[in-house]
Amino acid sequence: MILLPPPLLALHGVCKRFGVVEVLRDIELEIHAGEVLALLGDNGAGKSTLVKVISGVAPADQGSIEWEGRPVHIRRPQDARDLGIATVYQDLALCGGLDVVGNLFLGREIRRFGFLDEVEMERRSTQLLERLTRSIPDLRGPLVSLSSGQRQTVAIARSLLGDPRVLLLDEPTAALGFEQTTEVLDLVDRLRDQGLGVLLISHNMGDVKALADRAAVLRLGRNNGFFDVSTTPQEQIISSITGATDNVPRRPAHREAEW
Amino acid sequence: MKGMRDMPDETRADSAAATAKARQRRAGRAVTRALAGWIAVRRRMLSAGELGYLPVTLVLVAVWIIFQSLNSSFLSPRNLSNLSVDIVGTGLIAVGIVFVLLLGELDLSVGSISGFAAAVFAVLNVNNGVPEWLALIAAVLTGTVAGTVQGYSIARTRVPAFVVTLAGLLTWNGLMLVILGTSGTVNLDENGLIAHLTSYYFTNAGVAYAVAALATALVFLASYLNRRRRMALGMSHLPLHTVGVRTGVVAVIGFGSAYLLNQFQGLPLALLIFLATVAGLDIVLRRTHYGRQVYALGSSVEAARRASLGVTGVQTAVLAVSGTLAATGGLFLASRITSVSQNSGSGVLLLNAIAAAVIGGTSLFGGRGTTWSAVLGMLVIQSIASGMALTDTPTAVQLVITGGVLFAAVVIDSLSRHTQQAHGRA
Ligand SMILES: Nc1ncnc2c1ncn2[C@@H]1O[C@H](COP(=O)(O)OP(=O)(O)O)[C@@H](O)[C@H]1O
Ligand SMILES: [Mg+2]
Repeated sequence: MILLPPPLLALHGVCKRFGVVEVLRDIELEIHAGEVLALLGDNGAGKSTLVKVISGVAPADQGSIEWEGRPVHIRRPQDARDLGIATVYQDLALCGGLDVVGNLFLGREIRRFGFLDEVEMERRSTQLLERLTRSIPDLRGPLVSLSSGQRQTVAIARSLLGDPRVLLLDEPTAALGFEQTTEVLDLVDRLRDQGLGVLLISHNMGDVKALADRAAVLRLGRNNGFFDVSTTPQEQIISSITGATDNVPRRPAHREAEW
Repeated sequence: MKGMRDMPDETRADSAAATAKARQRRAGRAVTRALAGWIAVRRRMLSAGELGYLPVTLVLVAVWIIFQSLNSSFLSPRNLSNLSVDIVGTGLIAVGIVFVLLLGELDLSVGSISGFAAAVFAVLNVNNGVPEWLALIAAVLTGTVAGTVQGYSIARTRVPAFVVTLAGLLTWNGLMLVILGTSGTVNLDENGLIAHLTSYYFTNAGVAYAVAALATALVFLASYLNRRRRMALGMSHLPLHTVGVRTGVVAVIGFGSAYLLNQFQGLPLALLIFLATVAGLDIVLRRTHYGRQVYALGSSVEAARRASLGVTGVQTAVLAVSGTLAATGGLFLASRITSVSQNSGSGVLLLNAIAAAVIGGTSLFGGRGTTWSAVLGMLVIQSIASGMALTDTPTAVQLVITGGVLFAAVVIDSLSRHTQQAHGRA
């Protein structure tokens, strides 16, 4: 037997409740380096909450988290960032009043003689965005004046700034058109090749099939199976999402037909 | 994105025959191109809802033209000089309001804090013989402490600032009445430090010109060095004539004002302190990590929190700045009348300070505005007041007109916010 390196990030028995509502219960999850893990589940299954648990926005109530096999605590966004976890939230969490450069570097501004080094930040912003997209938005306009696709690109760019080792993407392509979606998926592919661990939430089974190595399914706040995407029939994954474990419908999933 | 595209490079077509005529034509075209570029940028900003200082500048010019046509002494050096001193007290308070507005909050306590701080100074210095400098520091720190207490309460309880500072308004006003006691009015030393704050003028004409020259030089250096660095890094940069135009505008305003002020009594100390404060805090807001956090919090507290910003610290610090500036402004207001009374810091002071910030272009919705809006807004308000006084118009009319200008400013603010969002959806 080959001795595998421990996963970059592992969750054991994670529970999260909001008031009396138990949103996550006994969650197990492993993210490995150089792997894209799809996190699937119906609306309200708890996917975004799980992302917030890992990113320190909504810390777990119970359970343990391990980073490269060693137990860690993630209680604040800063803790996750220090470990090397970057997040693109479903709601993006950008500042509408700041410009693109301001948003990209928020919380880790580059300084020169104690003052913000706008020139250097703008230079690096351009470089970064050139890697991601062919239609670079106006770097100096307020973020609210950007299209939602451009904002999504900014959020993704922002997550890459700190050279993360684990990337959490909560429905990163939901607001994107065809070309931009392809750009994002290509990027995820490249990041995996660079050895990052990527957690990708998506409702598009086609994308999941094309990109993900493994899939973890959440249902009503609990684990509902782990699948090897290349070998598992799509119907089996979908039925695990919907809860109809038997009697898989023969027609393709309607979400695939959206395209 | 259309406005972003570079202007076509027409000069390339020019042949190598660099006759003087061709060179001249090229220079002419370069100017046209720079102008076209400037207009394109402006138009993009306008369509994106970034009006900047344009509306308030237009209002100010209109107010000045109207009053000058009604009374020819309105634009006299004497009146303008007095105007420039009259804006300082309330203007400093308005700068603090700008900070709080940037968070998307409102500070209702600044009037009370200004009166309280002035009373602290008066009681310490006049009634108890504490040296002026010590009493002055104590008065300013009173504002800082009051603001810090309010800011920390807001950050921890997450009660909207206007509620907490409304409680502050009453509390600080009550404390002022307590320390003033039954004496009511305290007269300050006519030749003391505080009195000098607004009565001292640099009668040497060189001082005003030196300040204008310094400001011009700094603006030139900043834009020029910035341009050079961007050019060296191969980034898009301002054309040289834009640097020239920018420097020229500052030079004209600076030297023009210096000339005017020197026609009367020279540069007022109060104005110098005010402008230095505004310029310094502008740099703090727009060029430091702290300032960036203020703008971020005004846009989205949740995004700021997820970016690991120190939300509590920033909110506390902003209210502390506001309190400090309110106290400082209160001392300038006391200086103008060399007395402190139970009425100090009351009346329309608070409303004028808020109105000034908003008229100057600081958004009520947070995240948009600069300290310079306090200067421009105060100029509008004080110009109306001064013009009304010169033309013997009743105060009632003045209130109505100022109210109208404020309403217009709020409408513009709201419209430009909507334009920006609509722009984003397109
Ligand atoms: N802050 C919150 N307070 C209370 N309930 C919440 C909160 N956030 C999410 N929930 C609930 O948790 C459940 C899971 O939500 P979410 O994680 O957003 O699901 P998903 O991203 O899978 O669609 C939903 O029922 C939602 O209503
Ligand atoms: Mg979600």
